[in-house]
Formats: sequence, C-alpha cells, structure tokens
Amino acid sequence: MKAAVLSFPGSNCDADMTWAIGDVAGQAVKLVSAQATSLAGFDCVVVPGGFSYGDYLRSGAIAKFAPIMPALKDFAAAGGYVLGVCNGFQILTEAGLLPGTLQWNTSLQFICQPTPLIVANARTAFSSAYSEGQQITLPIAHGEGNYYADDATLAQLEEKGQVVFRYAENPNGSRNDIAGLTNARGNVLGMMPHPERAVETLLGGTDGLGVFESLINAMKGAPADVATRTFA
Amino acid sequence: MFKAKIFVNYKPSVLDPKAEVIQNTLARLGDDNVQHVLVGKYFELLLSGDEAAVRAQIDRICDTMLANINTESYRFTLEPVSDAAVAE
Repeated sequence: MKAAVLSFPGSNCDADMTWAIGDVAGQAVKLVSAQATSLAGFDCVVVPGGFSYGDYLRSGAIAKFAPIMPALKDFAAAGGYVLGVCNGFQILTEAGLLPGTLQWNTSLQFICQPTPLIVANARTAFSSAYSEGQQITLPIAHGEGNYYADDATLAQLEEKGQVVFRYAENPNGSRNDIAGLTNARGNVLGMMPHPERAVETLLGGTDGLGVFESLINAMKGAPADVATRTFA
Repeated sequence: MFKAKIFVNYKPSVLDPKAEVIQNTLARLGDDNVQHVLVGKYFELLLSGDEAAVRAQIDRICDTMLANINTESYRFTLEPVSDAAVAE
C-alpha cells in the first residue's frame, strides 16, 4: 500500500495518521499538502481529522474547494480507496463523495471518549479484518458528528449495506446510530471514530488496526467477495 | 453594483439543538410565550454585474458554498447600491 495522507491548514490528526500507517502498519505513506494538485502514484488516500480551515462556515465547507480536491474526486471516481476520519468524513460529505451531513451533536458538547462500536458490515475493503457484529472500541473526538441524511437516503444506505460501523451507545444523535459508512461503490469510507488513535496497547487499545489491515488486504486483491463487493 | 443580503437556515425537518437550547433558556427566564426559534447565518455580498446574472451567481454560490443543501435552505434580497456609496 502506498498511502497519501492529506494535510489541510488546520488538520491535526495528519501526523498521527501517517505514524499509524507508516510506523505501526509498516506501509509506504506520504503527507500530501492540500495545496498539491496530483495524487499520482498512490493507491490509497486518507483525509485525516482536525479543523480544516478552522471549520469556518461549516466543518469541511472550505476544504472541499482546496486545490487537492479535484484530484481526490478523480481518484475516487477511478475506484481508488479513500478513507476519511472525523473532519475527513465531514470533508467527504461536503465534497459530495459521501451522502449526508454531519451536524452538531445533540448535546452541543464536544465529546472525546472511547466509544463502543458494532461492525455492521465486514465485507468492505475497510472492515474485512473484523467480523460482522463484532464490538470494538475506538476513540471519538468531535463536536459535529451527528450524522443526518433524509429518509430516502437512509433507506438506500441500509439496503445496500453501506453502513459499516454503528455506535453501540449513540453519543451524538446520529440517525440509525451511524458512525461510519461507504459510498455505493464501496471504495470511499467516512467514519467519525479515530482508528489511528487505537493501534497500540499503550494508547489504550488496538481495535483500530483492523481498518488498516483491511485496506492492506484489499490492495493485495484479497478475498473475492471483498473485491466484488467493493468494485461491483 | 448590488448588495445581496443572504439568509441561510436549517430546513424545518432538521433538528436544531442550538435553537432548542435558546428557546428552553428563554422559557426558563420567563419568556415562555416564545413559540419557535430559528437560528441561521447572515451574509452580505457586494457584486457588480447585471441583475439576472447576479441572481444566478448567488444561487450558485449558495448551492455550492454558503449553504449545505442537504440540511439548509437559503433566501436572499438584492438591492442596487451606487458605486459612490460603496467607495465610502
């Protein structure tokens, strides 16, 4: 795997993500500025967490116009794997690469805590290292993680198995307890919890490793059902 | 030259926890006849060009940037402004 981790002004999980993919998962990884205009040579792009452009206007609303975004859209349209975490998820929804919107938590509080999740679909390129129904714990750290989509969109997400992670105890008001989902094609995943913050026991857990292991397996052309699922 | 006054609000179907907090707090302070609170954003843009083009341009700007059309709607008014007034 050769991953690009995008760095916007205000990103603050880009270094953690680079460390998780490079130092912990042992993959080739490079930090790419949002001012760049090409993603040639990468087979995976990660949009990390933080507060891109200070969350001005809405979280992700300015980032979606960053110079790198046309290249990211082309990369996703060509079937490349894109992982968005936290602010990265918000950016992907604003950019139209994922459906829905992330709104203020119903409590209006910024929530930073380990959060139990259920793996709702283990047949994606991002979750094949887990088993369906498995409970894992990942940290969340967000004020705007309350997933909203209209009824028709939600029904479509459920029907196509696009919901990958659900909160076991919904912390933020997300509809259908959605913590992470893919696009219809299955090559773009957005999730509010931080897998890169749960990759060493020293950090309090290793449940996040599965996301990176799944991606590495997907690159190898792994199980046939994963391939057909994600590139149907 | 035109001055556009743009209002962006949540669609009625979308829960707005900030508006709820404001309404609940007003009620606690005695203003319990407040039936509804709408929290939104307000923008002013000065634009040159003819009116039809400017209206279409503002629609595009709102649809792509100022509003998230999944959850928000917008409306705007346009008023002519003289160049002299802008210079002040």
